[in-house]
Amino acid sequence: MAANERKVPAPAPNVETQAFWDAAQNGRFLIRRCTACSKAHWYPRTICPFCASDATEWANAAGKGTIYSYSVMRRVPEPYAVAYVTLEEGPMMLTNIVDCDLDRLAIGQAVTVVFKPTEGGPPVPMFKPA
Amino acid sequence: MTVNGQAYIAGAFEHPTRRAPDKTLAQLHAEVALGALQDAGLSRNDVDGYFCAADAPGGAASMADYMNLNVRHIDSTELGGCSYIAHVAHAAQAIALGKCSVALITLAGRPRSEGVATGTTPRLRDPAQPDAQWEWPYGLAVANGYAMCAMRHMHEFATTGEQLAWIKVAASHHAQHNPNAMLRDVVTVEEVVNSPMVADPLHRLDCCVISDGGGALVVVKPEIAKSLKRPPVKVIGAGEAIKHQAGGAIDLTYSAAVWSGPAAFREAGVTPSDIKYASIYDSFTITVLIQLEDLGFCNKGDGGRFVADGNLISGVGKLPFNTDGGGLCNNHPSNRGGMTKVIEAVRQLRGEAHPAVQVKNCDLALAHGTGLQLSTRQASATLILERE
Repeated sequence: MAANERKVPAPAPNVETQAFWDAAQNGRFLIRRCTACSKAHWYPRTICPFCASDATEWANAAGKGTIYSYSVMRRVPEPYAVAYVTLEEGPMMLTNIVDCDLDRLAIGQAVTVVFKPTEGGPPVPMFKPA
Repeated sequence: MTVNGQAYIAGAFEHPTRRAPDKTLAQLHAEVALGALQDAGLSRNDVDGYFCAADAPGGAASMADYMNLNVRHIDSTELGGCSYIAHVAHAAQAIALGKCSVALITLAGRPRSEGVATGTTPRLRDPAQPDAQWEWPYGLAVANGYAMCAMRHMHEFATTGEQLAWIKVAASHHAQHNPNAMLRDVVTVEEVVNSPMVADPLHRLDCCVISDGGGALVVVKPEIAKSLKRPPVKVIGAGEAIKHQAGGAIDLTYSAAVWSGPAAFREAGVTPSDIKYASIYDSFTITVLIQLEDLGFCNKGDGGRFVADGNLISGVGKLPFNTDGGGLCNNHPSNRGGMTKVIEAVRQLRGEAHPAVQVKNCDLALAHGTGLQLSTRQASATLILERE
């Protein structure tokens, strides 16, 4: 089954995350990294969830990862896949797997980022088979 | 200090309705409150502590106003579906400190009358919730979140759909004896795995019902419990915890029950093998399996083998669970299953469960729940109860 284009609701950026969504408008995928403990985290926030330092900054992410788990929602008009993807930088993020055959997804599968438009908001990072 | 022995559940009431288009939410709260007080042999004027969660319209103040309660202790801890299990422990703590002596806990909801597509439709959250913008665009509902947990559990431990199905089969064996249950037909493993797929790998019959209704509990201090006619059910252990995404270090194969369970067992001074009956929150079959492992009824990864072949069926298996039919078959009012878990545990300890499912010499029971969303942020609450 192919993934049809589901209408994607827009995220609501705030002052902590506006830079992420501005970069997304330009097709750049950012991650938040702590300069004190050097770890990247997800979802992005000002205070590092690992060491509680506020010395965090935006960094370019590779946009590569593997599927940790996924599920295809079937009981809706346009089936779609939610997934957790383990990013090359370490953290795992909730996302959708798109531009794929929904019946051929697998845990461990390599995926790359692709930005998809939303209804009236910035595009959001999703992933497709690498 | 401990809650062990500080308080007793004196009243428990489950609303018989499963569809209530003719009742308001506030009315349902009041009806279950009066039902539980009557069950205890107490009156509304005896209540001096009130506990409710986010299902209470207008919160504790509006509910106290509607019911005309005069209370000196209030707790509106909101932990999703397991809130009411935590409320029992919080009531015991408040009673131990002398903050109240008769605590009323209520839950009610009308998702069925309101046509809520609980499992398959994402629900919009407060945009100020810091996680909302990272989840709302992706269509994370309830069913597909729990399904990701099941998918990962299957991947790591070779758990099968047939093993998960046994959990529903056991619930249906119990529900056939409950005249109020929404689904009373006994189902087979084949029927579960052949029911329509909702979110891979969870089928329709892996999912709980959507029902209206509610329930209430009355928790009292020991002196009052001993003055009442109902069999005393003593609170002997409790635990609660929250598990979250931990900055992106996610593991979907376990729940916060790995913390709430051991805390409750320690406080009660008992072990999982001592438990005669267990109420386990069953929003989905996978919820039960993961929690059984986390609570220590079997090792992590062995849940599939543990639940298979009727091991959860009263009179058949080693661990009778959800003898009212649970959320999978009986009732899931307000999409919150914690209240009914405590109520059926009380019935079992009193010897008032249906005779076909009553556990013999049931003197020690566990009620455990998961609140919110197992795949992102969830709370767990564990309660251990003893018949005196």
